[in-house]
Amino acid sequence: MAKKPVTVTLNGTERAGFAEPGQNLLDFLRRGLGDLSPKYGCGQGTCGACTVTIDGQTHLSCLVLAEAADGRAVGTAAGLADGARLDPLQDAFMENFAAQCGYCTPGMLVSARALLDRNPRPTRAEIVEAISGNLCRCTGYEPIIAAIEAVAEERTRP
Amino acid sequence: MIEVETFPTLAEAARAMGAGAAYLGGGTVMMRAVNAGDAPARLVRTTDPALTQIRAMGDTLTLGAGVTMAQILAERDLDFLHDVARQIGGPQVRNMGTVGGNIFAPHPYGDFAVALLALGARVAMADGSSARPIEDVLRERDRPSGLIASVEVPRPRPGAFAFRKVSRVRPKGASIMSIAANLPREGGRVRGARLAWGAMGPRPLRGAAVERVLEGQSVDHGDIDRAAQIAAKGLEPPTDPLASSWYRTAVAGVHLKRLLQSMEGR
Amino acid sequence: MNAVTGGFELRKELFADEREENLNEIGKRTRRQDIEGHVTGRSPFYDDHLFDGLLHMRYVRSPHHHARIRRIDTSQAERMPGVVRILTGKDVPQNLNTLLSLLDFGLDDEPVLSDTKVAYRGEPVAAVIAQTEAQARAAVKAVRVDWEPLAHVLDVEEALAPGAPTVCETYPGNLFVYHGKYNHQKLRYGDVEAALASADHVVEGRYQMSPIEQAPIETCGAIAAPEQNGRWVCYTSTQALFFSLGTAAKVLATPSSRLHFVGGTVGGGFGGKVDSIHEPLAILGAMLTGRPCKSMWDREEEMQVGAPRGAERWYLTDGVMDDGRIVARKFTGYFDAGAYTRLSSYAIIKAVGHLPGPYTIPNVHADVHCVYTNRTPATAMRGFGITGVDFAIEAHMDKVAETVRMNPVDLRILNAYRDGDMKAHRRLAKNCAFIECCQVVAEKAGVTIKPESRAASSLTGGGGERARLPARTATDEHGRVEGFSSGSYAQKGGAPAPAPAGVPTAPQPARPPSRSSQPAPVSQGTPAPPREPAQSGAPPPAPERPAASKDRPRRSGAMRFSSISGFRRR
Repeated sequence: MAKKPVTVTLNGTERAGFAEPGQNLLDFLRRGLGDLSPKYGCGQGTCGACTVTIDGQTHLSCLVLAEAADGRAVGTAAGLADGARLDPLQDAFMENFAAQCGYCTPGMLVSARALLDRNPRPTRAEIVEAISGNLCRCTGYEPIIAAIEAVAEERTRP
Repeated sequence: MIEVETFPTLAEAARAMGAGAAYLGGGTVMMRAVNAGDAPARLVRTTDPALTQIRAMGDTLTLGAGVTMAQILAERDLDFLHDVARQIGGPQVRNMGTVGGNIFAPHPYGDFAVALLALGARVAMADGSSARPIEDVLRERDRPSGLIASVEVPRPRPGAFAFRKVSRVRPKGASIMSIAANLPREGGRVRGARLAWGAMGPRPLRGAAVERVLEGQSVDHGDIDRAAQIAAKGLEPPTDPLASSWYRTAVAGVHLKRLLQSMEGR
Repeated sequence: MNAVTGGFELRKELFADEREENLNEIGKRTRRQDIEGHVTGRSPFYDDHLFDGLLHMRYVRSPHHHARIRRIDTSQAERMPGVVRILTGKDVPQNLNTLLSLLDFGLDDEPVLSDTKVAYRGEPVAAVIAQTEAQARAAVKAVRVDWEPLAHVLDVEEALAPGAPTVCETYPGNLFVYHGKYNHQKLRYGDVEAALASADHVVEGRYQMSPIEQAPIETCGAIAAPEQNGRWVCYTSTQALFFSLGTAAKVLATPSSRLHFVGGTVGGGFGGKVDSIHEPLAILGAMLTGRPCKSMWDREEEMQVGAPRGAERWYLTDGVMDDGRIVARKFTGYFDAGAYTRLSSYAIIKAVGHLPGPYTIPNVHADVHCVYTNRTPATAMRGFGITGVDFAIEAHMDKVAETVRMNPVDLRILNAYRDGDMKAHRRLAKNCAFIECCQVVAEKAGVTIKPESRAASSLTGGGGERARLPARTATDEHGRVEGFSSGSYAQKGGAPAPAPAGVPTAPQPARPPSRSSQPAPVSQGTPAPPREPAQSGAPPPAPERPAASKDRPRRSGAMRFSSISGFRRR
């Protein structure tokens, strides 16, 4: 069965590769395009470590057929920084000790960024809801929530 | 190995279905099987834009089979379904999971279909035949007779509809059970009670025993207690890692009571 | 929650004269040295190393809790698209291992790929190596195994009942053998039976906990690839890099100098990534195919065959006086090791060293058993060996408090160890702080405790009489076994065993020694042809062992346990 050409706009840059039959977007991004920031945690849509955005909405890349992303804009944690300048969320995660093993962190950041992009001043409950699809087994939810709150508060300042 | 066929219209996709083929919608159910190597050899999908449309005609809302939970949450006309859609999966799943797919989601998933069942939704198939009651489609869901095009949902009367999902994990967790009640009233009395259970059987099921107790009643404290007492009658809930059959049976009345109490005074 | 200290409250007034006022880190926010990699997605987890031509390994697993393997037929699977090689037990140079043999503790009991019998559901019997993961999965389904299901046992006490099936033939009584002598780990301190007989109350309790899965978000795995100069590189999720290196060297009968291990970036471990399952197999795959190989659990495997914290069951009997003093405490414990030892034997060493909890009790007795059942083997998890029995002890303390009608915090402070007290493992307690913890907990929880409890201190009231060893300690030979060597645990065989005289009987492992066959490296990029089966008729050569082990001077049991349990003599 033939591989299929897939073109995506990955973090603002057009990228192309060939998808294996039945290959999911997570594997395509990692092995096909070399963006290793989304992680495999379950392959079942349970853990959220593979979270990316597709056309601005968060998706579980392990449950997206690679070829279904053809022609769409994909965002990953690798695209959060602007060159050497990190996203304020990345700085806040570093300052607030919001990562222990770091494996859930890229997916967590993508979910948090998507939240702040549509709701710059979320309540704590909205933050909890927004990261509810991302599991952290190092039990680091409190510092993660604190880091997201820190960025939201920063924005409310004049 | 898997072969994926993508069609521009639902009609073409429906014609391409056949033995050994599965339809790939939002992916939250089927891609799990693909990743585990358990999917059929052929996957059929479509990019038909009609599938993601929401239309309102009078008090009937038509949801394309490919409408996502996130789309429902963004649609003011569907406010009565917001409480349901908000409790499906996490944010990513709500951006992916569809109305059509939820009808086929295996236990313990499929809470949206529970709401559709209580609301008396009708399902239109891709072949253009007349819409069928969702009960029939659910009953035959292991051997579907075609692809779903859309679901027609009658808008419930104000205050008549409520939904409750019981989970050990909040805000995102799979169901120990879910309950949807649609109790329209005439002259203060329930006429045409519909109650549906999720995760209490092999598929979303009507709670006929509870419906009989509530039909024609004002749903006062006594009615609620009577309904709670026979809540799980006729149901054989499964045992899974979330809860045993015994537990589901034992707590069904408690959660039914809480749901009915939440509807009081609406 | 205090944002500055992350919820901690420093109580510097306690033991103030025991340290200088120089806490420069505690209570202050600090930045992890590896966190920039974490937030940018650049931290190099093992699966973040890309290799051209990477091969994928998937496993054929037992659907049975317990079964004999009559035949494994890989012929159809070998013809499937993308399949490069299928490994079975005969491909593994030293196909029997126990993790702690590296610490000279325990007999080799677990096959890398089982070839005669499986003892838990999900036990691997063959590894398919294919060009894609999907192809490997498809070929796994095409491997035919002829199983002969056997009776199984899933409960620790049922496993010790007469007629129970033998789970692991290395230990026919379904019990690990301690010190080459006993089928359980003993603690004897004073005379518990006499003290129970004279106590005002005897309080009994039974406590148990289920297995707990570590469930790291990154599943366990390893990637191995041919390097240069006859070496192989292995990127791994292991929590114990040198442990995995030593295990791989042993199982592959390869000097560790030929293995280049890269790790340290672990996507959550919590104890679940010490078992060194993937590294030997990934390297063996790379050796036999000449190509990079990845062995990785999916989520279902992580949950089903990933070794959890094992289940435990405890029976406690306390002798208590009317005033709340506990004069005797007796433990009978059962650790569910699952089908093989892994780290359960060591968990029990830790547990018994911890008894009877943070209390000064003059008479303590424990028999703790490492039991084999047909469940997933158990291993390390955060404080394993301690957490389960602590739960039992503290639940039992509440039961004792109820019996003597005392506030449970007062009961704990009354019986708490103090500086200078003799502990059941015959060391003096020092740096005790349990009384102070109880006082702060009572204050925070709004529990009113007695004035004497409030006035108590870990610094005073200990030692003296309480520092003395018991005048008499009752010992016994209960659980004595024969035929196991008290010398090197890593070796078996050697001198013929004396006739079995105890329980369990027939201690000689029934499993034949594995063939030793160093896999020959093949040139990179060329898949190796399937190897010829080993010649029949020729006696299998003895497994290669590290040369030193045979002539190594015998070490005393005490030293051996000191070295692994951290109770080094000071």
